[in-house]
Order: sequence, then structure tokens, then C-alpha cells
Amino acid sequence: MKKHLLGLQSYGSDEIFEILDHASTFRQVLERDVKKIPTLRGVTIANLFFEPSTRTRISFELAEKRLSADIVNFSASSSSLVKGESLRDTVENIRAMKVDMVVIRHSAVGAPHFIARRCDTVVINGGDGAHEHPTQALLDLYTIRERFGEFKGLKVTLVGDALHSRVIRSNIFGLKTLGAEVTLCAPATLIPTGAETWGIEITHDIEEALTNANVVNIMRLQLERQSSGYIPSLREYAAIWGIDKNRVGLMDKDRLIMHPGPLNRGVEITQEVADSEESVILDQVTNGVAVRMAVLYLLAPRQKEEKHEEI
Amino acid sequence: MVELLDETQLERSLNRIAHEILERNHGAGNLGIIGIRNRGVHLAERLVNLIEKKEKTRPPMGTIDITLYRDDFKEITESPYIGGTEIPFDVDDKDIILVDDVLYTGRTVRAAVDEIIDFGRPKTIQLAVIIDRGHRELPICADYIVKQISLKDTEYVEVRVKEVDGEDRIVKVEMD
Repeated sequence: MKKHLLGLQSYGSDEIFEILDHASTFRQVLERDVKKIPTLRGVTIANLFFEPSTRTRISFELAEKRLSADIVNFSASSSSLVKGESLRDTVENIRAMKVDMVVIRHSAVGAPHFIARRCDTVVINGGDGAHEHPTQALLDLYTIRERFGEFKGLKVTLVGDALHSRVIRSNIFGLKTLGAEVTLCAPATLIPTGAETWGIEITHDIEEALTNANVVNIMRLQLERQSSGYIPSLREYAAIWGIDKNRVGLMDKDRLIMHPGPLNRGVEITQEVADSEESVILDQVTNGVAVRMAVLYLLAPRQKEEKHEEI
Repeated sequence: MVELLDETQLERSLNRIAHEILERNHGAGNLGIIGIRNRGVHLAERLVNLIEKKEKTRPPMGTIDITLYRDDFKEITESPYIGGTEIPFDVDDKDIILVDDVLYTGRTVRAAVDEIIDFGRPKTIQLAVIIDRGHRELPICADYIVKQISLKDTEYVEVRVKEVDGEDRIVKVEMD
């Protein structure tokens, strides 16, 4: 295992599968009456959220508490950040507080890498700018694997804003590493230059993208993009790229509908599809806690010297 | 290498243990058998089969992996493989028989007891082991023991079972 989880681009299939295998153990723990296990007792974790987040922050917090770790939370609105402290100084302070692990969400690309280079602590990327959101992609991979068992030959379509979406990027890296066939569908304005080097199919035609697909993972349309001129209007986006029942009908009979949330019902996904039998949007949330427990468990710092004791 | 028990002796002893369990718990009606991974699981399976033969009812069986409950998490360098815990029955008010191959420091048993209690509140938890080799570090003792021996620091016991090792044989080995 690597020391940090900064992105899936640098993770191989062995490492990804190790995380997914462990996640299924933790998934079972979440079904118990007492959902808390003592594994990370004595490990201190700082959650640094420099950007608003509900789902990811709560999911990490829950995962940490289920593992009995001690946690401190630090969010942008209540931190010294508003008093003008730089990331570097914040980091120095964290180092002085001697925490074992850091989970960071930041609007700047590379912020987690910056911390990883400057501290001894284990760093987990909870989303950096438009770069990567590895734990979200891992929970998506877990959800796909739970249903299909393997990735080779699986047709996965990602729909939505690839220009600003870190979820799409991490998904592409992970899916490619595991051997899935990936198609990306978005308006031309929302596909970054260089996307052609990712080794995936790219199309602007939603119907072509969905035909025979096993999985569609629909990204949230970040509503603030509308005003910046990337798309003509919400209504047009919904009409051309939105996923409704008819479009779902083009997919393979064996299919999953995914969305990392929060949903814009009626924009990128219709009410009917979001609440349908084939939608696993809420399973993704539950799996997210298990996957994050697995990541924390595998990366938690251990003593350097070799000391295997039979107990 | 010194042989402590062969296949026939182990079979007889497990038979005796099954009888003792039934005697002490007045039958199999309220039992639940839980094996500790790895070898304890196979031994638990055999006890379940023996009890079924004698009583015509099959007590429910579970397996437990204590990895997540270890007290030395920070000392082990590699994250150990987790086999998973499966207890597919309600432990509340049950008489639980916990089965392991060797009882040594008692730390594995401590972890297993903690884990079972996270599933509910059994009426009793009783411990059955093949070898009690002494040198406890915690106040824990077994209720059913096949063989009690005392070992030097330089010796250890290997419990070999057909399902994993291809033979039923318990041996004492000298460390190099």
C-alpha cells in the first residue's frame, strides 16, 4: 500500500482491489447492531474541509467514528482561514498538533500533495479542485463490483461536466486501471483539452453513449456553470443530456444507474429515473462509509520496525 | 518434533468435548458454536457435526476474525488479511461455545469475546480449545480442553487439520 491516497491516477489494480476487498468486510460491520469496532483506537485524524461539503465530510466522520479514531474537524467557515492564514501555516500548526492522519478537501489542485510533501502525516484527498476525488471513485467502483463482480468488458458511461468534475477524473483513472470500457458524454464546452489522451470514447450524443451500456454514472450539473456560459440553459441541458426513462431503455438489460449526489432532479436526471429500481444512488452513500473505513484502516500509520507477534 | 495427538486421539477427544458441552448445557437446544479463524473454524465445524449426530439437532455456527479487535494494531507492519466475521444467528441469550486451536496469551480470546458482545448479549460464552499451552497474559481460562501442556519459550505447538494441512495431527516443534 502507498503511504497516502492523493489520487487514483497513481494507484495500480492490486491496490484498488485491496481497498475494495477490505471495504466488503467493513460493509458487513455496518449491518451489525453495534456498528463500532475498536480498530483505530488511539489514532488521531484531522478533517480539513476548506471547501463546503456535506456528504463527503459526514461520510469520513462516520467512517472514523465507526473505527474508534479520535477526530478533529476544521471547516473553512469556522477556521483561521477566514482570518487570512495561509495553507502552509495551517499545515505547520497541524504538524505541531501531532495528528496521525489528515483528510483534506480544498479548492486548489494539489493542496493534498502540498501537505503530503511537508508533513509526516498520512494524507487522504477528499477532493482537490477539478483534479481528483479518489474516495468517491472508489465507492463507485465498489458499487459496480458488488453488482457485476468484475470490470473487464464492462461498459461504463460517464455523463456530465468533465471540465470541472474531479469525480469524473478519478472514475476514469480507476475504471481504466481495472479494465472497463469507458465512454464520456458531455457538451463540447465541458470536455477539457487533453481528454483525448485518457484512452476513452468521447461523444456528445447521449443516445449513442447509453446504447448497450451496463453502468451510467451521472454527474451533477454544477448550477453555477450555467451563468458562466458553458451551456445555453438548464432546460436545454436537461433536454439534450438529461437522463430519462426512454434513454435508460437504450442501456443493456443488466444495468445500474449511479449519481454521486447531490441531485438536481429534473436537470441531469429525472425524478422517475432517480427513484427507480435500477438506481443505486443511496447504496453508493452507504458503500461510501465502508470504502472510507477501508482506506483509513489500510493507511493508518503503524510502527516502522518489523514486529509480528502471535496473539 | 514430538507428536502430541494423532488423528484417532483427536477424534476421540473431540467426541469427549462434544459430550462435555452437551452435559454442561443440558443438550444442544440453546447452543451457538463460533470458531476463531482459521483453524478454530474447522474444529468448530466438527463439533457441530458431532453434536448433531448425538442430539439430532444442529446448533447454529458462526466464524469470527479478530483482526479488527487486535490490541496491537500499531505494532504490526502489514495490514493483515481480514477473513471476515460471520455470525448468522442471534447471539442474545444463547450459550456460545467459542472454539480455537491453541490457547496461549489469551489475547485472541479477549478480542473474540469483545467482538461477540458487539453482536448482542449471550447468556454465557464458554471456551473450547485443543491445546492449552499456558503462559497467559490475561485472566482467561478454557472450559473444555483436549490437552494441557507446558512449553518452553523455544517451543511451539502446531495444530494441523485435514481441511487446511491435509492431516489431523498435533505436534510440538522446537524453534530454530
